[in-house]
Amino acid sequence: MSTTVLPNPSKAAAASAAALENVTHRYGSHTALRNLSLTLHPGEVVALLGPNGAGKTTAVKLLLGLLKPSEGSVSVFGQSPTERTVRQRIGAMLQVARVPETLAVGEYLDLFRSYYPHPLPTAQIVAAAGLDGIEKRQFKDLSGGQKQRMLFALALCGDPDLVFLDEPTLGMDIETRHNLWREVRSLADRGKTVLLTTHYLEEADTLADRILVIAEGAVVAQGTPTEIKSRVTGRKIKCVTRLTDAFLLALEGVRSVEATGAGITITVDAAEDVLRSMLAADPSLHSLEVSSPALEDAFLALTKKETV
Amino acid sequence: MSTAAVVVSSPMTPYVKETKYEFLRLLRARSFSISTIGFPLSFYLLFGVVAAGSGPESAERAAYLLATYSVFGLVGSSLFGLCSTISNERAQGWLELKQASPMPPAAYLLSKLMTAIAFGVIIFGVLLFFGTTMGHVHFTAEQLAKLLMTVILGVFPFASLGILLAQVVPPNAGIGFVNLIYLPMSFLSGLWFPLKGLPHWIQSIAPIWPTWHLGQLAIHDIGYPMSWSVAGHVAWLACFSAVCLVLAGVLFRRSAQKA
Repeated sequence: MSTTVLPNPSKAAAASAAALENVTHRYGSHTALRNLSLTLHPGEVVALLGPNGAGKTTAVKLLLGLLKPSEGSVSVFGQSPTERTVRQRIGAMLQVARVPETLAVGEYLDLFRSYYPHPLPTAQIVAAAGLDGIEKRQFKDLSGGQKQRMLFALALCGDPDLVFLDEPTLGMDIETRHNLWREVRSLADRGKTVLLTTHYLEEADTLADRILVIAEGAVVAQGTPTEIKSRVTGRKIKCVTRLTDAFLLALEGVRSVEATGAGITITVDAAEDVLRSMLAADPSLHSLEVSSPALEDAFLALTKKETV
Repeated sequence: MSTAAVVVSSPMTPYVKETKYEFLRLLRARSFSISTIGFPLSFYLLFGVVAAGSGPESAERAAYLLATYSVFGLVGSSLFGLCSTISNERAQGWLELKQASPMPPAAYLLSKLMTAIAFGVIIFGVLLFFGTTMGHVHFTAEQLAKLLMTVILGVFPFASLGILLAQVVPPNAGIGFVNLIYLPMSFLSGLWFPLKGLPHWIQSIAPIWPTWHLGQLAIHDIGYPMSWSVAGHVAWLACFSAVCLVLAGVLFRRSAQKA
């Protein structure tokens, strides 16, 4: 764990938009979060990045007051997240499988706006979520991406100071995803605090001021996107070559070499220099592929680094 | 942001909107509206109007069954309107999103209760229309008023039962589960036709069904004799509602902790 231990947690909580302090959460015998602390400062976009089952959704549900922590404390705007006055300052987009299908988009906006004391004007919500022209359409007639956009719109209804987005771009096509990213940045520009969960490294990188990588319920790394990325760099080179393992391992920046099928897979820090040397030494080299490590590999690497 | 519209909404607004949209969405969901209104109507037309023939007793039969099928209808609208909707919304994550919002929690249940009452009254109105036009039923104003009150207040025990069932039905199985309870219970309580024609043991166990108690009150409203007193039936149904709600509360809290 690399979380900073603050001398007076309650003071820190008061100054924060939201905080989990040493929270452990168990579902029966399964521990979803282990002694996790996170603080959201006003006006920042934080990404909770981690593989499925890492505890991202649990953390969001605790911050929304939908779950009570087994141990530790949760505060939002210095209060319990279950307070109605707190909820009036929060918007949430959760993973909802289906909403009642026979109401139209505009009717849902009307309903959710009625929950808040100072809702955003409908036109503004419609524009921000990209719902133009489908306000009269019933939920059952929406495409997958439109459904996600409507759920995003519901999170904006109350003009919230703090927005939780749980896997907001799941099932969205690229264009919709980019529109949503633009809206998240515009929330940040207006001084809103945003917590989003994702398992896309690219999404966290694009949007977040700060990334917390969590695995198996604990923070394994946190920092700015640049700091996080520097820890998960490395490329894999796959090819068929006559070059010997000994030759390859002697090249600068080569971490490992393994035989895979007809060829080999080389893990390197940076691909360019290694490739130049390899191509010069073996003109017959073919079937070349260069790839970034899968995100799962990156998480594993991060977990290992932290526990060693 | 200062662009928020200066709309001063009354604290009642979320309650009104929640109810309006709950009613609208169920009315538009044909699987719901057609079955909750269509079941009692077609059964009533079949047993209460067509099968009653044109003898001197036919209008009496049509009147008796109008009362019991109105009960059958409101029980359906209460059980489907609460049990199926709550259990589905919970399984699909919609309830959680609403819980995370500043929606007043009471608005959620109240909207469903009011919607069940609205459907109960609609069913009563439809049956009354066909009963008076085709079945030659004639009620006095007092009988009508009493029956309407029974329909409205009768929603409470079955809405309570619906809330309880919603805590125990498997996800997305609400409709099948409700049918399994609703149809046999209605039959065994004499809501489809009077219990007189059924085996004695069925008549003797009838008081264990909440539908029997409400059915008795309904036929009493239109001048038929009933076993037990009005107070007895009302007390039974009140206790039944309380037990359902308390159990539902316990189960809800327990599963919220596990969720």
